[in-house]
Amino acid sequence: MTDTARAGEGRLDRAAARGWIGRVVRGDAWTAGLIVIFVALFVLTRILRPSFDLSGLAIASLPVAFAAAGQAIVVISGGIDLSIGSVMALTNVLAATLLVDASPEASVPIVMLVLVAGLMIGMINGVLVVVSRVPDIVVTLAMLFVWAGAALLVMGTPGGGSTPWLRELITGDVGIGLIPRALIVLLAIVGIVWIPLRRSRLGLSIYAIGSNQLAAFRSGVQVARTKIVAYALAGFFGALGGVSLTASTGIGTPIPGPYLLLSVAAIVLGGVSLAGGRGGLLGPIVGIYILGLLRADLTFIGMEPAYSQVIQGVIMVVVVMVGAYVTLRRRTA
Amino acid sequence: MSAQAATAESRAAGTARSWLRDRPIVPLFLLLIGLVALLEVVQPGIVSPSWVSGTVRFAVPLAILAACQTMTMLTGGIDLSVAVVASMSSYVMATNVSDVGWFGAVVLALIPAAAVGLVNGIGVGIFRVHPLIMTISTSLIVSGLVNVYARLNITGGTRVPPEISFLGGQTLFGFLPNNLLVFVPLAIVILVALRGSGYGRLLYAVGDNEIAARLAGVRVGHVLVVLYVISGVLAGLAGLIYAGVIGSATGRLVDPYLLPSVAAVVIGGTSIFGGRGGYAGSIVGALILTVLVTLLNVLQAPEAIRQILFGAIILAVAATYTRITQDA
Repeated sequence: MTDTARAGEGRLDRAAARGWIGRVVRGDAWTAGLIVIFVALFVLTRILRPSFDLSGLAIASLPVAFAAAGQAIVVISGGIDLSIGSVMALTNVLAATLLVDASPEASVPIVMLVLVAGLMIGMINGVLVVVSRVPDIVVTLAMLFVWAGAALLVMGTPGGGSTPWLRELITGDVGIGLIPRALIVLLAIVGIVWIPLRRSRLGLSIYAIGSNQLAAFRSGVQVARTKIVAYALAGFFGALGGVSLTASTGIGTPIPGPYLLLSVAAIVLGGVSLAGGRGGLLGPIVGIYILGLLRADLTFIGMEPAYSQVIQGVIMVVVVMVGAYVTLRRRTA
Repeated sequence: MSAQAATAESRAAGTARSWLRDRPIVPLFLLLIGLVALLEVVQPGIVSPSWVSGTVRFAVPLAILAACQTMTMLTGGIDLSVAVVASMSSYVMATNVSDVGWFGAVVLALIPAAAVGLVNGIGVGIFRVHPLIMTISTSLIVSGLVNVYARLNITGGTRVPPEISFLGGQTLFGFLPNNLLVFVPLAIVILVALRGSGYGRLLYAVGDNEIAARLAGVRVGHVLVVLYVISGVLAGLAGLIYAGVIGSATGRLVDPYLLPSVAAVVIGGTSIFGGRGGYAGSIVGALILTVLVTLLNVLQAPEAIRQILFGAIILAVAATYTRITQDA
């Protein structure tokens, strides 16, 4: 082997190593940074109000955290699900209607049924995207109306009921009163679904079609099937969000909340690229908690909700501008 | 013989398809006429000059918002802040008109609208933030600011001046809505500018292939900044006219029009990926949506069914459109 070849190889190795390190740093540094911000905000909140308990925030954030997880999967696959708020409303009222007179034994299969319904709803979204060949954003915009209408069909006015164990599942803390139960439920469910999936062929396919659909297709990825799976998962997580709404409020509300905007805000904060193919689920979830803590802090220092909305928006703009600026600099450098 | 006939038939079908592909406005018009005919069948006698006038009057603000979406979508973007900007303008106008007169109030209302557009434009054009994210963020900020403003302004009432009501709510000769006085010149300018002016062609160029446009010397950032400012001002204008149509103004007046404004453009055949489409389709799209809402009202369908049908029809039209315009 000649020296030049060896030198070339060394360069290749170094380039590969740099690429690998760069990937880890880029991928995880963002999430790590978010966790640091979260911890700092939490400490700040404790200083502002020593009695502050994370569990209230965890319960309030649970529905939208699930929504953000679902949205993140679809966005990683290169799509976007504008209907996720309506899907949450639909599964919320579905659960509240079915659970109102259910015995504790019957309530477990009912919750399962609602989750399966969410999976089917998401699947319908995915099939429509694939079959109609209309852009994702348009299909899910149309389905936003359809699922919101369906929710009104199930329940005209807020009502219904929940079952005690659902509320108990997410209330209170575990251990010495530091880790809220709702957070554990969230991380457990997302982990059980996402970690094995991400390592599987299917998970890789989701990243592949989001990164470059044509290249994925030419490498033998089943693009249509993968897309449908991504939307089905979003529907599933949307249903989890709907059920946790039922659990935390005790009733069903047929009008979609502001979860669509929040879920998109969270994925942007969480480092998921809207162009697809990049990011994970932990970042968006931490993003939701940061937004929640921020809201709590602004309330504690006596700021009106209207101002705190402005500040949230400004933070989003600044974060995405800085993020975009850094990417731009790297590309041109 | 029969084989020849079949070939001729398929050739005719092919010709028809390519004819339609070049004139996507034709099937849209047919759909609009079909919906109006259906309305007349469902409730005989409803279609009258005054009904047409009312429909057009309600369609105009939607059509102006659709202009914002059309132009931003032509560049591959989207402007989700149009509805809150429109609400803001109507509210700012209505709260200031007692102090500064109607003209001053209109100017005061359009300045923040342009400012929001400028922020959007800087974010999208200079910092290269995704338009969806940028405009969602600014709409969060704007609706928050409107709430703050409403709190500070709690003593001052809102009033829609007669000049705005004249434009929005009244008619010439009994059936010609006055807001056409604003809309027709505006629509002509947009239609002509998109087709004929250099700036209009730049929007198509940027949306079709941004890198090519950049390499050809187009200052894409500048084009986008100007575009989003135009979009903001038009959204403000739509809010003012809508306040005239309704006869009152609140901080959330036009908010429900956000998704319909996107839907009108999608129905009108402008590609959400940019580079293809035009404003004519969006105008017909806005009319179709307005007639559709009337039809669903006349059918006395419950709100649930109305929403489901609304969504299903948007999807069906968009899917059909994709089939017609895409190469088979």
